[in-house]
Amino acid sequence: MDFTLSKKHEMARQLFKDFAETEVKPLAQEVDETEHFPMDTVKKMGKYGFMGIPVPKEYGGQGCDILTYVMCVEELSKVCATTGVVVSAHTSLCADPILTYGTEEQKKKYLPDLASGKKIGAFGLTEPGAGTDAQGVQTKAVLDGDEWVLNGSKCFITNGEVADIYIVIAYTDVVEKRGRKVKSFSAFIVEKGTPGFSFGTKEKKMGIRGSSTYELIFQDCRIPKDALLGAQGKGFPIAMHTLDGGRIGIASQALGIAEGALERTIEYTKERKQFGRTIAQQQNTQFQLADMATKVEAARHLVYKAAMKKQEFAEGAKVSYSVEAAMAKLYAAEVAMEVTTKAVQLHGGYGYIREYDVERMMRDAKITEIYEGTSEVQRMVISGSLLK
Amino acid sequence: MKIVVCVKQVPDTKGGVKFNPDGTLDRGAMLAIMNPDDKAGLEAALRLKDEYGAEVTVVTMGLPKAEEVLREAMAMGADKGILVTDRVLGGADTWATSTTLAGALRNIDYDLIITGRQAIDGDTAQVGPQISEHLDLPVISYAKDIKIDGDSVIVERQYDDRYHVLKAKMPCLVTALSELNEPRYMTPGGIFDAYDAEITVWGRKDLKDVDDSNLGLAGSPTKIAKASDKVRKGAGEVKTDLDADGAVSYIMGKLKEKHVI
Repeated sequence: MDFTLSKKHEMARQLFKDFAETEVKPLAQEVDETEHFPMDTVKKMGKYGFMGIPVPKEYGGQGCDILTYVMCVEELSKVCATTGVVVSAHTSLCADPILTYGTEEQKKKYLPDLASGKKIGAFGLTEPGAGTDAQGVQTKAVLDGDEWVLNGSKCFITNGEVADIYIVIAYTDVVEKRGRKVKSFSAFIVEKGTPGFSFGTKEKKMGIRGSSTYELIFQDCRIPKDALLGAQGKGFPIAMHTLDGGRIGIASQALGIAEGALERTIEYTKERKQFGRTIAQQQNTQFQLADMATKVEAARHLVYKAAMKKQEFAEGAKVSYSVEAAMAKLYAAEVAMEVTTKAVQLHGGYGYIREYDVERMMRDAKITEIYEGTSEVQRMVISGSLLK
Repeated sequence: MKIVVCVKQVPDTKGGVKFNPDGTLDRGAMLAIMNPDDKAGLEAALRLKDEYGAEVTVVTMGLPKAEEVLREAMAMGADKGILVTDRVLGGADTWATSTTLAGALRNIDYDLIITGRQAIDGDTAQVGPQISEHLDLPVISYAKDIKIDGDSVIVERQYDDRYHVLKAKMPCLVTALSELNEPRYMTPGGIFDAYDAEITVWGRKDLKDVDDSNLGLAGSPTKIAKASDKVRKGAGEVKTDLDADGAVSYIMGKLKEKHVI
């Protein structure tokens, strides 16, 4: 067992760090303040391969491992959580299910454009009446000749309006299971511009304000028969498996936010003077920083471990990384919330002012406890594996 | 077209310079980076590759650890890396370094050699032009733009207040300024490929037509008597009792006193 990063991973981290510091950090405050989607940054990231890190080279990706992808989301989120989630949702929730469940034709059609950032990906499962409870999904797909006809709506969709390719979960059947009628779901690939597919209102959010969060509306939206992703009726396991991967991405985002807040706080406490000495010289500050750093380190280990487990799966091993992903997401999200809250406290009044990054980071951290499965859902997943 | 770029791994001076008690640089305590002028030279080579098609080989001389800059260069898009490393080459000044690099370059085919203008650790700007002397090549230094025209290069040579446009027949050597361009980032896949790639490692025995008396510390005419960090400037002088005219004449007086004007 070795906790040391290989030289190539170290170099990749340095690359993401340099890019984040130079290209992303200077825009972070404005992206938040103006709720402006960082399209120019996404184009640059596309140019340098950041939008297709774990996608194999044969499909136009970088052919790197999950750990490299995780470090990318982490380093971006250290300076701008919006940019972090754009990459995470695009990669984990759109490119990954196409790679895992797509036919060869679907992979060749969609992955090169996704991996190069020419097109952006999104994923739609959540609906106004169905978040954690997937059975509440109302969006329906009916086969009519050579086409599926989609009706319904999806809400809180990350990369909502800016995406070009959407993975959409809809029910295609109602079947009897243990005497109860349950919906059977299927996954579909829907392209922007398809007639009958439109966008609702843009959500105004507490944090990650630059990310484009929209409602997707399907009204007699006709998509080709071969837009079905995976087998008919397998939409639920596809969605759950996709979210397992997505959770590793969000865990990386949460880790990055916590690390970013810790770094800012260390800098600040070394400069801020009270009672004739820096607040870093006060024991309370030292103890708080020690706790923050320890939790960040523990979160990092869980996140990297989940990444390694998913890597085993990606290399063909018959393993599940569901529990590792849930633990990483649960812990990293709670650490992000705790560390950013402490960071604001250690900044005192300045921490409550928009000019200081930690104010934004605390708002950004909250969503990591909610999306792609709330912390409560992660606890369900973890305990479910313990008590089965 | 074959382009060779000479790069050097240097300590990152952004975080300050650290010295050993004997006055030599404490390289272990400082992060190592690719010398910025060399990186601009590499970027220029990669742009020529993008535009005209070329094979780009990067060469460095240094400790075994210097292979990192070769991997970085390959992750940016260079095709091959050659590391020249040997104990007997250690402690080289510009003369011994240029002799060594020329000895290595004699083994390679090239149309164009690009080096950085100077390294941020030594600031001599001598190695590039010296290599051209050893190899009997034309040299154009301080390039801020490089274009290819048939079998020639057209280079804008930057001066403080003007620039010259020079044309030279290849093979030739050009030294690049960091102002030449904004180097590209590596790509994650490029990094993975660079670590899978083979780096050619050459030692003393691989150097062609060089004499031992011109190599390493023993072959270096330069002797360093003392090295020191920049001396911190004082807090300065604050004058608050002057009106605008008084302030101007006070500053003018000070500038004259220091022979600035």
